[in-house]
Amino acid sequence: MKKKKQLRSQRSIDITGFTFIAPWLIGFLGFIVGPMIASLYFSFTNYDLLSAPTWIGFENYITMFTDDARFIQALKVTFIFVFGSVPLKLAFALFVAMLFNTKRKGVGLYRTLYYVPSILGGSVAVAVVWRELFGREGALNDVLGIFGIEGTSWVTSPDFALSTLILLVVWQFGSPMLIFLAGLKAIPNELYEAAAVDGASPFLQFLKITLPMLSPVIFFNLVMQTIQGFMAFTQSFLITNGGPMDRTLFYAVYLYEKAFAHFDMGYASALAWILLLICALFTALIFKSAQSWVYYESEGGR
Amino acid sequence: MQKKSTQKTIIYHGSIILLGFLMIYPILWTIASSLKPEDEIFRNAASLIPSELKWENYLQGWEGFGNLSFSTFFVNSTFVTTMVVIGTLFSSTLVAFGFARVKFRFRTPLFVCMIVTLMLPQQVTLIPQYILFHNLGWVNTYLPLIVPAFIGGIPFFIFLMIQFIRGIPRELDEAAYIDGASTFGIFWRIILPLTTPALATVAIFSFYWTWDDFMTPLVYLNDTKLYTVALGLQLFSDPSSLSAWGPMFAMSVASILPQLLVFLFFQKYLVEGITAGSVKG
Repeated sequence: MKKKKQLRSQRSIDITGFTFIAPWLIGFLGFIVGPMIASLYFSFTNYDLLSAPTWIGFENYITMFTDDARFIQALKVTFIFVFGSVPLKLAFALFVAMLFNTKRKGVGLYRTLYYVPSILGGSVAVAVVWRELFGREGALNDVLGIFGIEGTSWVTSPDFALSTLILLVVWQFGSPMLIFLAGLKAIPNELYEAAAVDGASPFLQFLKITLPMLSPVIFFNLVMQTIQGFMAFTQSFLITNGGPMDRTLFYAVYLYEKAFAHFDMGYASALAWILLLICALFTALIFKSAQSWVYYESEGGR
Repeated sequence: MQKKSTQKTIIYHGSIILLGFLMIYPILWTIASSLKPEDEIFRNAASLIPSELKWENYLQGWEGFGNLSFSTFFVNSTFVTTMVVIGTLFSSTLVAFGFARVKFRFRTPLFVCMIVTLMLPQQVTLIPQYILFHNLGWVNTYLPLIVPAFIGGIPFFIFLMIQFIRGIPRELDEAAYIDGASTFGIFWRIILPLTTPALATVAIFSFYWTWDDFMTPLVYLNDTKLYTVALGLQLFSDPSSLSAWGPMFAMSVASILPQLLVFLFFQKYLVEGITAGSVKG
């Protein structure tokens, strides 16, 4: 049988293979690699879509770091958003997943209930609702009023607007929760039983068994959520429109503004490349750090 | 002992239901507000029970504004979403089969390229893609929304299909091959029917992300006649021009209704799909 397989020439296998992956290959070259090279070029130009791009060297990049307070502000906001929302979201997702990792009645239903906010994701409806729930006359202040607390308009308050957006993404913790849940189910129960016999407290079991066994899943969630955090757009664009006083000016919103409100495509391309570098840097850092905390049982600590 | 465990069960269910209520409250609140009379929405904001059911909000909201009703937006969204789902299924199955089962040259480096694009921020390609589509004269058409799905679209879906196909025993392919099946025949007759659960997952997720998507239509569609539901709703709920809160909430509910229904009917695939694709990797 082996021999017969080898009779097919590598050439015909290549043709078959490339035919199957052709759709992706066309998309990859034409819609990703090509545009990325173009965008790198545009980032060194002044380009407004109408007239031909003019080469200005590093000027866009220099302006960004020396003469663009809003760029710095957008970076700051985005970092606070990512560092605020990702750990909270993952911690909450893990906590809920552990609650659901039991064979009690009704768990399937609960899981569904907790997942609903996440399927609505970045929909406009959710953004609209968030704006009103946390508005001056919204439901939150109504409830606070019962306790005699005078609320504010949370979404337009410079101090609270960003926290309101962080709360929104933490609320949509469903996908990482399901991934954690699958990871938890894969941990053999005997480990906990043995630990319990040795008298390890539940907290110690969590620390010594759950966390290490779950580390590949934590790693996966961390990478995906961090990148998603850096790209967040809809929440800020629709709920706060970057305001008040640029306190929620997400990087993606600033980039959108430069590109599609001012048609400053050169500058926006430079912004996009800085975003790419930041994402790559963080992914690399997480991958690098993974060697010391991600534990692969089957592969002897790959 | 018995008593203690009953107590524990009550605390468990009690706290989960309480937290679950908080989770779902914003959605219930939207539905409630969509049925409330105008002056009640913010007077008794936290309440979930309207004093009377104003179904008219839905009729009024559906009429939209100017001469555009929400029928237009729903037809547009349905068209775009259907095309994207078809395109995604087409490209992700073909490509995944190629990567998972055909040992062509350069497979590994190309596979690595595909995985890297999984982590590529959308914003990086957004601008040059816009310029490309602008030069092709595709701006203000549905082509920039639909065509990418047919050529690989979101690599996550390819990745998910690859993971699934890898779980299918290779002996099946070999047996079919000995029986004289072509590679395409193996793909079409053996693999494709076996991947139905994964196909369902891919279809549902691409439905969700397309129906939800706000940024891509925002960038590419200028003509309000072409607007999708997401853009229509945003137009409708613009705080500076807003007076009709009830109808606005009614249309918010209408916009998420397809998503809720799909979730209700297909949640099994959704929950399985999200866990299958990630962890095995």
